[in-house]
Amino acid sequence: MDDRLEIGGVQLDSRLFIGTGKYGDDALIPAVAEASGAQVITVALRRVDLGAPTGNVMDHIPSGMRLLPNTSGARTAEEAVRIARLARAAGCGDWIKIEVISDSRHLLPDGYETARVTEILAKEGFVVLPYMNPDLYVARTLADAGAAAVMPLGAPIGTNRGLRTKEMIAILIDDQRLPVIVDAGLGRPSQACEAMEMGAAACLVNTGIASSADPVRMARAFGDAVRAGREAFLAGAGATRTTASASSPLTGFLEARP
Amino acid sequence: MTGFPELCATTMDRDLASFFARVTPDDVRRAMARSMPSADDFLTLLSPAAQGLLEEMAQRAHELTVRHFGRTMQIFTPLYLSNHCTNRCVYCGFNAGTGVARKRLTMDEVRAEGETIAASGQRQLLILTGDAPALAGVDYLERCTKILRGMFPSVTMEVFAMTEAEYARLAAAGIDGLTMFQETYDPVLYERLHPAGPKRDYAFRLGAPERGCRAGMRVVNVGALLGLSPDWRREAFLTGLHADYLQRHYPNTDVAISLPRMRPHAGHFQPATAVTDANLVQILLAQRIFLPFAGITISTREAPAFRDNIVPLGVTRMSAGVSTAVGGHASDDNADTVQFEISDHRGLAEFSTMLRSRGYQPVYKDWEPNAHVAGNRP
Repeated sequence: MDDRLEIGGVQLDSRLFIGTGKYGDDALIPAVAEASGAQVITVALRRVDLGAPTGNVMDHIPSGMRLLPNTSGARTAEEAVRIARLARAAGCGDWIKIEVISDSRHLLPDGYETARVTEILAKEGFVVLPYMNPDLYVARTLADAGAAAVMPLGAPIGTNRGLRTKEMIAILIDDQRLPVIVDAGLGRPSQACEAMEMGAAACLVNTGIASSADPVRMARAFGDAVRAGREAFLAGAGATRTTASASSPLTGFLEARP
Repeated sequence: MTGFPELCATTMDRDLASFFARVTPDDVRRAMARSMPSADDFLTLLSPAAQGLLEEMAQRAHELTVRHFGRTMQIFTPLYLSNHCTNRCVYCGFNAGTGVARKRLTMDEVRAEGETIAASGQRQLLILTGDAPALAGVDYLERCTKILRGMFPSVTMEVFAMTEAEYARLAAAGIDGLTMFQETYDPVLYERLHPAGPKRDYAFRLGAPERGCRAGMRVVNVGALLGLSPDWRREAFLTGLHADYLQRHYPNTDVAISLPRMRPHAGHFQPATAVTDANLVQILLAQRIFLPFAGITISTREAPAFRDNIVPLGVTRMSAGVSTAVGGHASDDNADTVQFEISDHRGLAEFSTMLRSRGYQPVYKDWEPNAHVAGNRP
């Protein structure tokens, strides 16, 4: 069965997106990318030294992958817009992941500023993927502003705590026609699998892979988990019951023939 | 609302000895396990009872640091622009009373220094001066910044305390961040250590980081000069409370901590107490667990072996390729202008090799110049 994810007119076979931050050595990135099977990779433009001929994280990104530069470090819509334009001018393409975080203590995304950026950049032809709190109204605003997907957090960034926002993400999946890509907080493959079983369109994982003892192996595990979760979603899980099926039903008498 | 000066005064009056006397190892374990430690948890981690649990604290600090920062280390280097100073700080090599040679870089020299440093691969610069606004004040810093901004994605400063308007002006010129050491949070000791000069104003200095936050500085870095006060636990506690206060009140600012220890310098002052390696590690671990998202800086004041070993313990920012002489990067003729003696003389390449050998990535650039820099608006 052909089950590909379409974002911004691009068909993707893999529903796992990966990151490039937090590695002890960027040279690990090609092996991580290959093991994961991911086709989309996000990179913080703040870390890219556009003036340096070598020694950049960009040198380690496999050529076949779709680059998703992000606006990490931006505290306001204006800063994020500027970073996005810089990324495009530097040849990083039209895809942009919006991160506007103006709280250094909890690192939660600012929905209002994110919506402002999304509106500006969508009008400029960017394929905008905004990182957000899983809030129904923010998601609708982002969709109206021209987002190509919404990227709600599963748990606060970097925590590896899993799908703490599961109920809210389920509401977004139910409500949104846009792809819902679970971003941040997924620390274990089983958590990514659960998000996919729920009907998430994709998952983005960075810390869960980069902070593991064996990032390449963990990348492979996440790739497998995302595929398994998607398969389970497509298969449709069997119905669950809240009670056991009693051998002597209490209402069996209603079916008794007179 | 209680401001930090009031919180600081209350903490100076607090009987920490009685608190520490009640702390048990189990209290320490509970404190380090909390997802959001309280101020008293932080104090518990600084207690004598925690000294026997440094390895457990180190494991926790390492886990938190890898989670939030990855196996990366920000690298920066200082550029001393001027050592003219009107203060008489008894512990400082720039003290107006010392016989150290005085120098202020010309704009050509600033450019030459910047080019030399940039050619070495450095991308994050910390500019420093003494406290002599008439010779190296805001105008001078603004001119220097405009030259250096073109060479470095990040330029931060460690200079004299300023007004909010002055900080705002330098932020607009392209200064990303501000380092302001209170030196000691003890006002009585502070007065004794600063017998003359504008820095004598304890309250003005104490409020400087907050003014920097208000003025729009992206990064604000606080710290105490460890060794000045015999009560290093109280100094470390107040430094953490200061960072916590700024984080809570100015969430738009990245708040960071530095952990400088007293080093030999051109004066005759001797530290009040030796803050041992184990003491410094305890401070580092406690601050990391209390403030998981805060940057923590260790400079080349520390010896190479010590710096190498604390890489995984919670440090996120280290200097390398350092000269504390004015104009010391582009010229060898300024050795008599140093502020203090450094301990780690390794250049950027050698230091980066050490980091990589320990599984850490040196990060030379971590910011695109501010969108609010004049002329840079989108």
